[in-house]
This record gives sequence, C-alpha cells and structure tokens, in this order.
Amino acid sequence: MDNNNVWRKDFPILDQKVNDEDLVYLDNAATTQKPKDVMSKVANFYYSDYANVHRGVHTLAERSTEQFEAAREKVRKFINANSDKEVIFTKGATNSLNLVAQSYGEENIHEGDEIVISYMEHHSNLIPWQQLALRKKATLKYIELTDDGQLDMDDAQRKITDKTKIVSIAQSSNVLGVINPVKELAQIAHSHDAVMVVDGAQSVPNMPVDVTDLDCDFFAFSGHKMMAETGIGVLYGKQELLEQMPPVEFGGEMIEFVKKFDSSWNELPWKFEAGTPNIAGAISLGYAIDYLESVGLDNIQKNTQAIVDHVLPKLLDIDDLEVYGPKDPANHTGVISFNLKGLHPHDLATGLDMEGVAVRAGHHCAQPLMEYLGLSATARASFYLYNTISDADRLVEAIKATKEFFKNGTV
Amino acid sequence: MALSKMYNLYRQVILDHSDNPHHHGELPKSTNEIELKNPTCGDVLKLQLVVKDGIIKDAAFSGYGCTISQASASMMTDAVINKKVEDADNMVQVFSDMIIGDDVDTNVLGDAAVLQGVSKFPARIKCATLAWKALHRSLTNQSK
Repeated sequence: MDNNNVWRKDFPILDQKVNDEDLVYLDNAATTQKPKDVMSKVANFYYSDYANVHRGVHTLAERSTEQFEAAREKVRKFINANSDKEVIFTKGATNSLNLVAQSYGEENIHEGDEIVISYMEHHSNLIPWQQLALRKKATLKYIELTDDGQLDMDDAQRKITDKTKIVSIAQSSNVLGVINPVKELAQIAHSHDAVMVVDGAQSVPNMPVDVTDLDCDFFAFSGHKMMAETGIGVLYGKQELLEQMPPVEFGGEMIEFVKKFDSSWNELPWKFEAGTPNIAGAISLGYAIDYLESVGLDNIQKNTQAIVDHVLPKLLDIDDLEVYGPKDPANHTGVISFNLKGLHPHDLATGLDMEGVAVRAGHHCAQPLMEYLGLSATARASFYLYNTISDADRLVEAIKATKEFFKNGTV
Repeated sequence: MALSKMYNLYRQVILDHSDNPHHHGELPKSTNEIELKNPTCGDVLKLQLVVKDGIIKDAAFSGYGCTISQASASMMTDAVINKKVEDADNMVQVFSDMIIGDDVDTNVLGDAAVLQGVSKFPARIKCATLAWKALHRSLTNQSK
C-alpha cells in the first residue's frame, strides 16, 4: 500500500524518525501537514510579488491583490458559492463562527429565542452560542446522540421549534467520526424560519462540499486542516444575510467613507475583513485547493475509507480497547477515538509516541461531549491522504505494545 | 524497541503509586482545600490539607488523571505530611526545578525524586506538576 500512495512524497515532514521509529502522523483532525509544492509557491509569492492588498497603485500591490482575490475565487468554486461576495477570509473556523454569533446573532437573537446545537460540537461551535444565549437570555438546546454516536434526527425534529432562530451543527465530528445530515437539518431549520450554520472544519478537507446544494446559511472552515497555512479560514454566508449584518471589527479595508463622527462600510466581502488580511495565508489556501483538486476529494475519501475498513475491525478486536462512534466502517470517517481500559489516554499517547505514532489525547475541545459519554478524555487517531494501511497497522501494533507494557509493568 | 525508553518515565515505583495511591480520598475536615484542573487533558485534582501550628498534619487528594499525575499526587502527599509549611513550599520549588531538568538535590522529595525521568518527556511535565502546583496554591492562600 505504501508504494501505491503517490501523495506521500509530497510531504517532506513525514520522512523522518521520531523516537528512533519511522514517523506515523495520525493527528490530522488537529491539523494536516503541508505539501512541498504549496509551501514553495507561497515562498515564491513572498520573494517576487508580495505587497499589501487593495491599497496603492504600484505593480506589486496589484499583483498581490490579484493573487489574493484569485484565492477567494478558488474557494468560491471549491465550495460552490454563488459569488465571491459570499466568501469572507477569517483567521479560521473559530473566528468564522464567532463572527456569525457576534454579528448575525447579536442582531437577531432576543430574549426567549432558541439556539440549537448538538452534544458533539467542538468548543468553537458551542461557546460562541452559549455566550450569545447568556447575553440575550436566550435558550441553548442540545440535540441528543444515538447509542453509536450519530446525531439523533428524531430529537433534532423535537428540539428545533418555531422559537429556534439559529441551528449550528458540525458536518463531521472531530471525535466520533460521523457525518451529520446538515442538508436535512437545514430543511428543518428553514421550515421554522431559523438559519442553518455549518461547522465544516472536519468535512471540507475530506469530502466534496457544495454550500448551494446544502442550502446552509453560513458555513465555516479552516485552512490549516486542509494543508494550507495556519491563521487562514473562511466564512461563507448567503449574500442577502451578509448584506444585512453589521461588521464586528473596524479599521482599514472595511470602510467606504470615514468622517469625523460617522462612517460607511465597504461592500462585501471586505466589510468583514478589517485590517491587512492574512494575504499569504489566503494564497496558500488557494494553492492547497489546487492540490486537493489535483488529488481529487473522491480519491482522498477512497484512501481513507480503505484504511478505516482495514483498521476499525482490528481496533475493535483488541481486548480492553474501547472504540467510540459507529462500529461499522462504512459509517465511520477517518477520525477514530478510543481508550485502553484502565489507562489514561495521555499514558497511551506517550506509549504510541515512543513507537513513532502521533495521536491526540485529551478532551478534543469537546468537554460537554466527554461528559455526555461519561469520559474525561480519549485518544484519537485521524487519517489523511498521505496515510497508508501500513500506518494503520503500526497504530494497531503500537497500541498492543503499550497495552503489554503497562500490563507487565504493573504485574 | 522504542517503548523501552518508557521505563524512564514509568518506573515501577511510579506504577505502584498510581495503582495504589497513598492518601487518596477525602478528609472529613480540612483547613486548606483546592481543586485544580489541567485544561489540556481534562484532569481534575482536589487537594485537602490539615495545617496546624505551621505544620501539615494530614493531606489527601481525589479526582482523576493519568498515571503520572496520580503517582505524583500520591508521592507528594507522602512527602509533605508532618513537614513545616515553609519546608513543604520549598519542596515545590525543588520539584519544579527537577522536573524541567535542573540539577538539584532531590533528597528532600522522597519517592517523588523518581519523577525526574519526566523531564525527558516535555509533554508530560504538566501531569507531574499538577499536584505540586495545588500544594503551593493551597499553602500560599493559607498564609494570606
């Protein structure tokens, strides 16, 4: 399988030893590694075309602006938005979701209104709504999960009511490895005149996303989880909603005219992009999208699915290993959370690290989910396009070795 | 095999303390009490002390955490019971120096000195220091 993975060579960081073992990087849900080609194109941009955007008439400013806006157009096409006006560059998914809460939420949520999220939300799609609800004396409601960690759609029907103004759900879970039917949720939300917000941080890097087809009102994601630089992300919003929303940050770029006691705002999308933006970050996102499209999201899905088909049964076979989320590989994404009975996940993760296998351990920024599952933390392996079946086997072997280590150590 | 390196981290005495922690549970009465969390992993540690005449007469901890944090709390309580408050707080300093790899005389720490191996595992330093941080905080609040 290693020989068949044609993309691995594009990621120089993977070719190294960690703790004397060949590195197996399985922390992709936290952040992905960067292709050499994307990084060298960003470097070339800095070396030949860099200047500030949308200001000044000189040639470099023009080149820089052109590439920055070309990146926006790549994003638009990638998620199938209708217009570049609907693509706002942010710092990341967290920043995008906060923007919706602070602008749309601040204007439209009133005392007694309801905001509906689910138990599997990442803190970034939870705390902005929790704090908005507290500010406005609104009610925050959580959609329950089924026994195997899927969103309970019957409960969604019950929780979303005529009082609901905002529904905000992750398209793909960062802990449970499930995909949520956000298109169906958008229909339910719209039937109650609520807006649908989608946290796409875990989905956009891994599956084709069409915001027009989903008919969601807002969609947030991060560049660094899809091979672009850190500090760049996107908020997609329907134009008619964004037009009505007030800016939350003020400064350069976002203004039209500034007078002593009053100002007017630039048009979309710049109204929401105060200050010098993350120019190189946006350009890196454009190149990362080029890379993703050259690989093909369907090929990424196929590679991950083959790994999950192979590894999930093996993990379920390990005595004393509890695996969370759906047990059927067909319903499981490349994010797999687990615990070894009697061992804290940090101890497990240290053992895996000693074997060269990088996984995440902790609450995954989902403390209410951990509480809901009756856990304090889990270990999590997450696969991406450069991972292989043999990476998955290394994970299984390392878990078994760590289990033996602690068993024999304590006997 | 690379797991052999872990023997420096998980020494037998550490695993013993983690499996059968000393002074684990709650005291019916305490003079000092604090609950600390390690936000990166969700670990929770509650520490209770009975301080009388400037001496730590008793100590107990509860909560949950990894092998290292539980063993460290067990060893810490062993080490500070019947110590003067200022001596115990000095031990916190010795432990903190040791855990970041400084060359210090660790004799005063008792069993906790074996946690020196944690200094080679930077990601786990916070696990080891949680109990000692709790001790320092609860002692300094007391003196106010």
